[in-house]
Amino acid sequence: MIGFWILSVVLIASAVFCITAKKPVYSVVGLLANFIALAAMYLTLQAEFLAVMQIVVYSGAILILFVFVIALLSSGVRPFDVGPDKAPRIAIPAILFGVVALGIIVVTAIRSNPVVVKPTGQDTGDAFAFGSVANFGSALFTTNLLPFEVTAFILMVAIVGVVLIAGDEGPGGVVRRKKKRAIEREPILRRAQDDRGRKVTR
Amino acid sequence: MSAPVDNYIALSAVLFFIGVVGVIVRRNPLIMLMSIELLFNAANLALVTYARAWVNNAGHIFAFLVITVAAAEAAIGLAIVAVTFRRSPRVDVDEVATLKG
Repeated sequence: MIGFWILSVVLIASAVFCITAKKPVYSVVGLLANFIALAAMYLTLQAEFLAVMQIVVYSGAILILFVFVIALLSSGVRPFDVGPDKAPRIAIPAILFGVVALGIIVVTAIRSNPVVVKPTGQDTGDAFAFGSVANFGSALFTTNLLPFEVTAFILMVAIVGVVLIAGDEGPGGVVRRKKKRAIEREPILRRAQDDRGRKVTR
Repeated sequence: MSAPVDNYIALSAVLFFIGVVGVIVRRNPLIMLMSIELLFNAANLALVTYARAWVNNAGHIFAFLVITVAAAEAAIGLAIVAVTFRRSPRVDVDEVATLKG
């Protein structure tokens, strides 16, 4: 019980830090703390496999992707400019609306019929205990095989889409590739002008 | 299970609220994407909580699929940010209106 409160304080504090930090790198650090605390929270819910996946996939893959993009965008000749930082006129209504919605959710969750937590009925050391790798895997590969395969398809579509979008030529790269081969490789600033459709002076 | 279900659900709602505020208020596209990750995580916490409450694996499976889709979403979103940055050094989500009708 005490672990839950400590973890929830860490979760909320790191989430607030993530959305209020000035620079995206600080946000990534806050998000990292959030993910790790959430993995620990999964452990208190006996979702052992999901806790490991949370650390491997989120903290290991997604956050590294964020860090890479931040590093690459900030290290060029141009600074990473996002314009005026916040929208203060939106902030107050957004927070008010959010607090009302939050209150509704919390009150509904508390006033609804209490959910009786069933005991798992197994020792946690059991290889097939609830939430263990064996338990999760047998459910994933028998009952839920079709969603699993669809996930593979989604990932493949995402990979192809990312390569198409962020490839060397940008959107519509295949058409533009011939043009680009004709001209020699030019600095990034002039290529950006080319992307906007203006004539490139050489 | 050390704490009652309601505590977990309330915590999930609070995290979701923080993520929504982040998406609405911030203008940096990277921080907006991170706020979306916060939303996914809040939803996952609710799924795992109820999976534990009714000792049922389906919540775990669904949370796993959410993690997978979140990875795909982050990759595509970051690619879009990178392309936007390549077209103009100013990445302001309000100014990226090329596709607006």
